[in-house]
Amino acid sequence: MRREKNERDPILSVRRLGMSFGGLKALDGIDLYVERGEIVALIGPNGAGKTTFFNCISGIYAPTEGDIFIMKPQAGTAKRINGLKPNQVTSKGLARTFQNIRLFQNMTVLENVMMGRHVRTNAGIAGAIFRNRKTRDEEKQIVERSYGIIKKIGLAYYVNECAKNLPYGAQRRLEIARAIATEPFLLLLDEPAAGMNPQETKELDMLIQRIRDEENISILLIEHDMKLVMSISERIYVVDYGKKIAEGTPEEIKINPEVIKAYLGEDAY
Amino acid sequence: MIGAFTALIVISVLMSTGMNPVAVILIAGFVAVIYSCAYGFTLEKIAYKPLRNAPRLSALISAIGMSLFLQNYVLLAQTCDFLPFPNLIPDFECIEPFAHIIGSTDVVILVTTAVVMIILTILIRYTKIGKAMRATSQDRVMASLMGIDVNTVISFTFILGSATAAIGGVLIASHIGMINFYIGFIAGIKAFVAAVLGGIGSLPGAVLGGFVLGWTESFATGYISSDYEDVFAFLFLVLILIFKPSGILGRSEQSKV
Amino acid sequence: MRKFAEIRKSLYVALWFIFLTFPIMVIRINPLEKTVEWRWMNMALVGIGTFFLSFLWRYLISKKEEGSKRAEEKQNEKISKLRRLIENRKIIAGSVVAGALLAAVFPFVVSLYQTNIMTTALIYVMLGLGLNIVVGLAGLLDLGYVAFYAVGAYAYALLNYHFGLNFWMVLPVGAALGALFGILLGFPVLRLRGDYLAIVTLGFGEIIRLILENWNEFSFGPSGISNISRPPLFGIELSVQNATVYMYYIMIFLCLVTIFIVKRLQDSRIGRAWVALREDEVACQAMGIDRTKTKLTAFALGATWAGMGGVVFAAKTTFVNPASFTIWESIIILCIVVLGGMGSVIGVITGAFIIILLPEYLRVFSEFRMLMFGIILVVMMVFRPGGIISGVRRTYKFEGKNF
Repeated sequence: MRREKNERDPILSVRRLGMSFGGLKALDGIDLYVERGEIVALIGPNGAGKTTFFNCISGIYAPTEGDIFIMKPQAGTAKRINGLKPNQVTSKGLARTFQNIRLFQNMTVLENVMMGRHVRTNAGIAGAIFRNRKTRDEEKQIVERSYGIIKKIGLAYYVNECAKNLPYGAQRRLEIARAIATEPFLLLLDEPAAGMNPQETKELDMLIQRIRDEENISILLIEHDMKLVMSISERIYVVDYGKKIAEGTPEEIKINPEVIKAYLGEDAY
Repeated sequence: MIGAFTALIVISVLMSTGMNPVAVILIAGFVAVIYSCAYGFTLEKIAYKPLRNAPRLSALISAIGMSLFLQNYVLLAQTCDFLPFPNLIPDFECIEPFAHIIGSTDVVILVTTAVVMIILTILIRYTKIGKAMRATSQDRVMASLMGIDVNTVISFTFILGSATAAIGGVLIASHIGMINFYIGFIAGIKAFVAAVLGGIGSLPGAVLGGFVLGWTESFATGYISSDYEDVFAFLFLVLILIFKPSGILGRSEQSKV
Repeated sequence: MRKFAEIRKSLYVALWFIFLTFPIMVIRINPLEKTVEWRWMNMALVGIGTFFLSFLWRYLISKKEEGSKRAEEKQNEKISKLRRLIENRKIIAGSVVAGALLAAVFPFVVSLYQTNIMTTALIYVMLGLGLNIVVGLAGLLDLGYVAFYAVGAYAYALLNYHFGLNFWMVLPVGAALGALFGILLGFPVLRLRGDYLAIVTLGFGEIIRLILENWNEFSFGPSGISNISRPPLFGIELSVQNATVYMYYIMIFLCLVTIFIVKRLQDSRIGRAWVALREDEVACQAMGIDRTKTKLTAFALGATWAGMGGVVFAAKTTFVNPASFTIWESIIILCIVVLGGMGSVIGVITGAFIIILLPEYLRVFSEFRMLMFGIILVVMMVFRPGGIISGVRRTYKFEGKNF
């Protein structure tokens, strides 16, 4: 179901992004934008540079060329976020999940999601020691909101379980819950369906749409599962060897010869 | 320390028999190495093997406990005094003209270090056991699944380390001329510093780290002030690690995000 | 038949140890007099001793492996008896009351010497709790903790010597200086991990000690500073006996404050950030936690307690010199934290008591004291690698609607 869009207001705008590691050019002149309320997918063969792209946006790498602009909905101006540290990027409203799950393994589900609330709260040392009214209320609110997110995402059954004991699909969902807790306006999902069976993937499909619809969070996802990508995305970007080779709607991408060549090789065409 | 003491004991026993000094030092060195290896092997089985899956700090504390035990063991079994260690390394005639710059003992130390480093590098890079050691250090479970006997490899590693330490102990004892039960602790700390400075995991790095540490100390002593020699060594260390967090020749641990 | 195999194994072990200890135990050299003494009795002792000990060791190790296998299978259901004991409400209340009573009357039932020792133990409790923040919570291996301890001690010594400031005035100064130095140490090591962090912090500890030892104009060098005044009781100077008791109560008070603050910090937003930092630094940053600020806060807060501990130490012994602040001190404090159980307040207290009080009680063994202490460390770590009170962390549990 396509959301109604007002005017063109990209919340993420990437221009000519380049990332070189020594002599190796992992990303070369990538242009990409995400508008408010969209679900956009980034696909490509393994090693194409997709996760590197995410790392550049989320601040783990500082890109060597190009610009990354974000504009919070209702904000006036776009801000350039090149080279910001990851925690700064998150506080500005971008959250991400990781290709290899990076949960806080020895913390419970509740605590993991509570960690996401850290950036939107500000009790300090004095607050911790004296536990004044403001701090106590904040703590209560953290727990309540975290539990709310956990319930919405369907993990209430596991709420007091250690993250490392969760089944794989639940762990993936926990990472998403944790990212949502940071109140982002753009969520970057790195291969959220990896390792999931078709049933779980279908549930993930619905979950992502619900997140977009109910929480007003736009989504940019990297994914290999074509069924999910075609079903859920409004636009798709295809990269290979660090360069963008195609962009468009799912229908356009499906028949794009460059894309087919990249995925299946020349002979298949 | 165990190596130095064992060597001293052997030397004392053999000297009374009037053997050729070169033979004595060689036998003493050999016996010291054998015994150090034995101690290393035993230590590993008692204090480190049970802690293989425990957090790293637990193994550290266990090591400290062992260090304490060994120091006091030698202290009680022998003596708390400083014992003089005879320098039995012969004077080579070819070195005579340069005796004011470098002595025979120094040459022997340098040559031995070089030889040991070459042997270790060859061992680790080109032999099967070396490959097994590297594999085990990176992923113990996978290594054992590949058929490597992890226990043997780890024991071998400790034996190798102890042997090197023993050689170092005998050489240092010959050079400085005095030993007591505490020399191992200080040497151990400096060895750790040298290894970290050069980059953990790199053998040439360890040698380089050792040189850098020694030079910094000596030069600082000579040109600045002898009291602060260790301060400069550590300051230098801190500076290097600030700019190269994984040591001079260390491989930076870039894990894939 | 199995018994025979066991006996044979122990026999081999005994023979191995006889071989191993032969040079050092049997041969006693005296290079000055050029004598060599052969002590065959020792060899017999070693052989027999290790023969029997090996049985005991194998038995205990097999018990331990059984225990851990069972723990793996049952996972969360099996809480150790010790923990169940600790978490039982009645037991907590009972022991707190008993402990409080004991603590209150302690100086009056034991000798002055014992009180002194207990005060020392309490100082180490405070130090252990401080280091626990850095090592146990935030996971930063700090081997130079003693530097902050020295800073506090010398701050009091010098301020008292030059300006006559008394204990109570310098206590907050010591804390503040500790925090300052903690931040100073923290800045260069932000990017370092694991072994590298350990070595640099160790270096800092040594640098501080060496500066104190050699900068004679400032710190009076190796001879140290003596005649530091004891803490006054409302302005009155106390006799040595009374002052000792007074120090004890001061330390009880400070420890209680420390425990209170540390527990509050543990269960707070900051405490959670530290644990997240330890678990996964990258994910922690991705969730918006400022790594720099969190690490520096850990260092600073941890060092604050060391600074205060230093002030108390100087006031208690009325004499400071650089020899009290060697690497071994850092190591001892680290042992306290790890032995007691990282992250657990009760654990650290237990650890401090064991490490400080045990050598006192081992005096019975006189010269074998440190030997036994070393063995005890090894044995404790082998059989309880997580520390005496391990794995205790108050996790946030959601209890229905009434949280």
